[in-house]
Amino acid sequence: MAAVLESLLREELSVAVAVRWIARSAQSSEDDPREAAALSSLRPLRKEFVPFLLNFLREQSSRVLPQGPPTPAKAPGSSTGLPGRSGGPPRGGRGARNQLFPPIEASSATAADAPSARRGGRRRGPGPARERGRGPGGLEEGVSGECLPWAGGRRPRSSGSPSSPSLARSDPPNLSNLEEFPPVGSVPPGSAGTKPSRRINPTPVSEERSLSKPKTCFTSPPISCVPSSQPSVLDTSPWGHGIPSGCRSLQEEREMLRKERSKQLQQSPTPACPTLEPGSPHPSRTGHLTAEPADPTRVSSRHRLELVALVYSSCIAENLVPNLFLELFFVLQLLTARRMVAAKDSDLEPTPGAVDSLESPLFQSVHDCVFFAVQVLEHQFHVLSHLDKGTLKLLAENERLLCFSPALQGRLRAAYEGSVAKVSLAMPPSAQAVSFQPETDNRANFSSDRAFHTFKKQRDVFYEVLREWEDRHEEPGWDFEKGLGSRIRAMMGQLSAACSHSHFVRLFQKQLLQGERRQFAVVLLSLRLLAKFLGFVAFLPYRGPEPPPTRELQDSILSLRSQVPPVLDVRALLQQGLRARRAVLTVPWLVEFLSLADHIVPMLDYYRSIFTLLLHLHRSLVLSKESEGEMCFLNKLLLLAVLGWLFQIPTVPEDLFFLEEGQLDVFEVDTVASEHGLDSMPVVDQQLLYTCCPYIGELRKLLASWVSGSSGRSGGLVRKITPTTTTGLGAQPPQTTQGLQAQLAQAFFHNQPPSLRRTVEFVAERIGSNCVKHIKATLVAELVRQAESLLQEQLVTQGQEGGDPAQLLEILCSQLCPHGAQALTQGREFCQKKSPGAVRALLPEETPAAVLSSAENIAVSLATEKACAWLSANITALIRREVKAAVSRTLRAQGPEPAARGERRGCSRACEHHAPLPSHLISEIKDVLSLAVGPRDPEEGVAPEYLEQLLGQLGQMLRCRQFLCPPAEQHLAKCSVELASLLVADQIPILGPPAQHQLERGQARRLLLMLLSLWKDDFQVPVPLQLLLRPRNVALLADTRPREWDLLLFLLRELVEKGLMRRMEIEACLGSLHETQWPGDFSEELATLFNLFLAEPHVPEHQLRACELVQPNRGTVLAQS
Amino acid sequence: MILTKAQYDEIAQCLVSVPPTRQSLRKLKQRFPSQSQATLLSIFSQEYQKHIKRTHAKHHTSEAIESYYQRYLNGVGENGAAPVLLELANEVDYAPSLMARIILERFLQEHEEAPPSKSVINSMLRDPSQIPDGVLANQVYQCIVNDCCYGPLVDCIKHAIGHEHEVLLRDLLLEKNLSFLDEDQLRARGYDKTPDFILQVPVVMLCSLAVEGHIIHWIESKASFGDECSHHAYLHDQFWSYWNRFGPGLVIYWYGFIQELDCNRERGILLHACFPTDIVTLCHSVA
Repeated sequence: MAAVLESLLREELSVAVAVRWIARSAQSSEDDPREAAALSSLRPLRKEFVPFLLNFLREQSSRVLPQGPPTPAKAPGSSTGLPGRSGGPPRGGRGARNQLFPPIEASSATAADAPSARRGGRRRGPGPARERGRGPGGLEEGVSGECLPWAGGRRPRSSGSPSSPSLARSDPPNLSNLEEFPPVGSVPPGSAGTKPSRRINPTPVSEERSLSKPKTCFTSPPISCVPSSQPSVLDTSPWGHGIPSGCRSLQEEREMLRKERSKQLQQSPTPACPTLEPGSPHPSRTGHLTAEPADPTRVSSRHRLELVALVYSSCIAENLVPNLFLELFFVLQLLTARRMVAAKDSDLEPTPGAVDSLESPLFQSVHDCVFFAVQVLEHQFHVLSHLDKGTLKLLAENERLLCFSPALQGRLRAAYEGSVAKVSLAMPPSAQAVSFQPETDNRANFSSDRAFHTFKKQRDVFYEVLREWEDRHEEPGWDFEKGLGSRIRAMMGQLSAACSHSHFVRLFQKQLLQGERRQFAVVLLSLRLLAKFLGFVAFLPYRGPEPPPTRELQDSILSLRSQVPPVLDVRALLQQGLRARRAVLTVPWLVEFLSLADHIVPMLDYYRSIFTLLLHLHRSLVLSKESEGEMCFLNKLLLLAVLGWLFQIPTVPEDLFFLEEGQLDVFEVDTVASEHGLDSMPVVDQQLLYTCCPYIGELRKLLASWVSGSSGRSGGLVRKITPTTTTGLGAQPPQTTQGLQAQLAQAFFHNQPPSLRRTVEFVAERIGSNCVKHIKATLVAELVRQAESLLQEQLVTQGQEGGDPAQLLEILCSQLCPHGAQALTQGREFCQKKSPGAVRALLPEETPAAVLSSAENIAVSLATEKACAWLSANITALIRREVKAAVSRTLRAQGPEPAARGERRGCSRACEHHAPLPSHLISEIKDVLSLAVGPRDPEEGVAPEYLEQLLGQLGQMLRCRQFLCPPAEQHLAKCSVELASLLVADQIPILGPPAQHQLERGQARRLLLMLLSLWKDDFQVPVPLQLLLRPRNVALLADTRPREWDLLLFLLRELVEKGLMRRMEIEACLGSLHETQWPGDFSEELATLFNLFLAEPHVPEHQLRACELVQPNRGTVLAQS
Repeated sequence: MILTKAQYDEIAQCLVSVPPTRQSLRKLKQRFPSQSQATLLSIFSQEYQKHIKRTHAKHHTSEAIESYYQRYLNGVGENGAAPVLLELANEVDYAPSLMARIILERFLQEHEEAPPSKSVINSMLRDPSQIPDGVLANQVYQCIVNDCCYGPLVDCIKHAIGHEHEVLLRDLLLEKNLSFLDEDQLRARGYDKTPDFILQVPVVMLCSLAVEGHIIHWIESKASFGDECSHHAYLHDQFWSYWNRFGPGLVIYWYGFIQELDCNRERGILLHACFPTDIVTLCHSVA
């Protein structure tokens, strides 16, 4: 295996080819035949590469991770990456490869601080959160002396280490040990003698188990049923280090391990786990709290680290490692490694000429570790970006990460800022529509009017479909496709523009996935609970002293158990689930069920086949694959997390993960039957992921412990009392005053209650955001007003067309955008003014003055930073956008109804709005008009008083205006003119005795005067008085016998007198009447009227009145002449 | 004026083939003295519109148009002052204003070179004095002032009624101290669907005889009677759209509605015939 890695490092082999080879996928045509040939000779070994690599990395990192939480787990350590079989004689060809490994002295030299060895195969969860203890040991199950679980991150010293063959050989050969005497054919001929991992014996049986550390994390809350059969002497540390530092000498420990191992060898016919190499390192828990600064320029053999990181990342990406999150934990440990444990000088100096091989230590310094970690994290960005906000923040703020990869830091920061999900966020209330938010949903967020309206329609169709589905889907005979298919397709068919997709996706996600997703979470959590209970009940009868003391007994147990049908046919359920593409629902509960199995279960063919299915599923969940019909990312992540957890619980044989390839081919799932299963729906959200796999939170704790300077020793990271912050922060001296301030701010928070920090951050966040809104509402709005008035001026000077809108916009923007610079000043003022009060209001009254003032200042600066960052980046674009909108608004508003834009008078404050409603008045006047125009019944007519009353009400209403809208006023104005024409022509039927069907002259004049007054004083819209002299209205006079012109003449004079029409206007109207064909006599009379009106002297008002008094009936006389 | 479906049907039954004239309205008022006039007019108008929608097509075949036009020409040829067009409309059971439009269009086609545009026709209907033929102008005007259900004046009245009720509702909201965003404000902010009012702080409307209430986020004023046809159209075009964006809300049918239509309360659409009196607001004082 080392040979493979070596070839990679020498670039004789490309990483892609190697990973394909490891992943056992088909050979690609692109593969170099030579490479393929080189690998084919190693074929039998390939499944051992990954365990080798994982152990290699842990081994290599052993000198840098003496403190801090141990890496949770590793691959079957048996292989330990080191060739050679326990006790076996050295094989041919091994020598060369032996040299690839660091000399044993190197490791031994660090042994004092290096992690203790452990039984290689055990994998452990990383964190301190020991939610569930499994197996008879229960929660406080002890740890076996040979099994120091948290040392898992370090390289276990296998007895099979080629570098220490003598030690290995010191144990007598055990013929029943498959490891030492593997079945024929299982040992690759001519192999380098690496110990095939699969031969690492299935796990430990009862004693080991009873002593073993319970799965401390990666578990859900415990069902602790069986008390620890053997109180732990070793497990005093919640971290499971097992041995309190200094309480036991290494020698003692080694002895214990040796005893344990030999006990196992005797008890079990199955091979023992690799034993601890005497003198193997043990982690020191006298942690150095100060971290050594990491410097990218001091990284040694970058290329080699890059290559290994690439191989490692590729293995992670292909799910060749048992547990993705364990590897992330390990990588974060490397990132946060505090300092390198001193090694012998010879170790630190790379062998000349061998820098690119495995002969020199991979990690020669903290710089190397950090470099490697950052390299891997870069490859794992996609997974990282789905972690919770807290983890993302810690990562984004990690100064080492910033230093080694500003680009990754930037992406992480963006991910942090974009992350809306918060693990603690309460579920939103159900049964609500996704509300319309102008910030994201209004026209400005769409590329075109059409897209905006399309989405408007889509939203409504979407809910219509949803409502119909809710109503109908349970009705017998209702068919989804028939009922809704075409409508859904039509709705989806409207998605054309990319931005519409984003809007629709938001709607869809929020509605169906804050609905469906919630339902899914409820179902899944219930199923998990049920499965746990079922598993507990199902396997309870088989709990007992484990393991079977002899092979014979085990065989007989196996043969007995294999005849008992499974209580619950979980295999069939799993197969169904996979076929129906709802692994995301089936697997999590199945994992809960299986996690309660006893040690015999995985040996049973039935369950073995289930594990095989799960393994294949695990391998298939490649996160980078994102194609249509593919499982959603978070769904995959959940499955990877729960499966990874399952693969490392004690009852699951550790070699199971690295199964022989042949067995995997059995896996065939027909997914054609259901193309659209639950798997391809984003049913899992971050909250569910963290609820099901709380141990993912360990990543955050690890990062937090780095920030706080805690080494995360016993007691768990987060519970560790934070040391004085300067210890941790002092490690890297700040470069600038700003940096110093930032560090001081960080330091300030460390000794304050967490709520203080939350408050300050919250205030800063809100004030910063409000500041931007405020600037929009004030400065930007003012600039828009200026733009509008500038535009008006422009339009006046350039005429109504105003020129090209785009050009206008450019002119305006060039004038106005420079004012945007004020935004920063105003923004600063705003934050300065608003933040302190908010902080004060939110913090306890008793907060000391100095703390309060610091908190206020930090809030101010954070808010300012946020606001100014946004403003400086966006203010110009914002002004431009708003001005553009204003320009198009103004241009659109250009033209129609110029009068309507004038200021309108309203009623006085004292008005109680008791006037009749405009609609009522229009309706009434319409009735009068229809009566006048006819046809009418003989008894129909209006009383003169009623007409006066009507006009009086019209006046009231026009003076109140409370309910008046312009169209109504316009119609009223027109109707009033029509009414005047009818009055002038005496066409209004009056109620009363038949002889008296006409209005008296005096009444008619009174009514006309009322109308004149309304026109002059009360109407605020233009009154179409010229209608009075249109042929149609004048023709009304033609019908009367005898024709009476005096009222018309009276009206025309009054119009002139009141300034409602100019003489010239009237003259023009009268003139144009000649163009109409009239009966001969009517034409003559009209001509006379015209002459008479023209002959009226242009005299002041009082003289005209006097004249009228002298000749009251001149019109009549005239008409009769 | 909340009517049961049966009550409504009884009224609707009386409106079959009744011309939309003031005489018809008078008779209707006499027939149902206990109902409010506005409600009756609203129902009449809606029923008549349904009738017109059903029969619209048959009046617009070219044969029909030609026959109407010939009858018009003959009629005015005999006596231009007689209500030829109005009587024709009543006789063929079509709205006088719409009949006026048909004849005007046909007339302009004959007398103008280019076919008349819709805006020209509308403008002439609004102001018949623009019609080049004096007789036709009078005939059209007569149709318009005598039509209770169609035409520019009726449209204006309807619009005015709607506006007045919005103003009324606004006053009531102000009086109750409920802060709101109105349609114009919403439009200015770029809302794609705009109810008359969105309450900035939702209220609960208590139901009579029930302890529970209904949350109200928005209020839509409808100055008409809520019959099945219009209510379903409003649900589809407006009310559900409002719910889809703003949550549950209240529709006020000022002229009443069919009781059975108020069936979406649980779903978040409440119907009322006036401004609700039992409103619970979010309490700001600390208990």
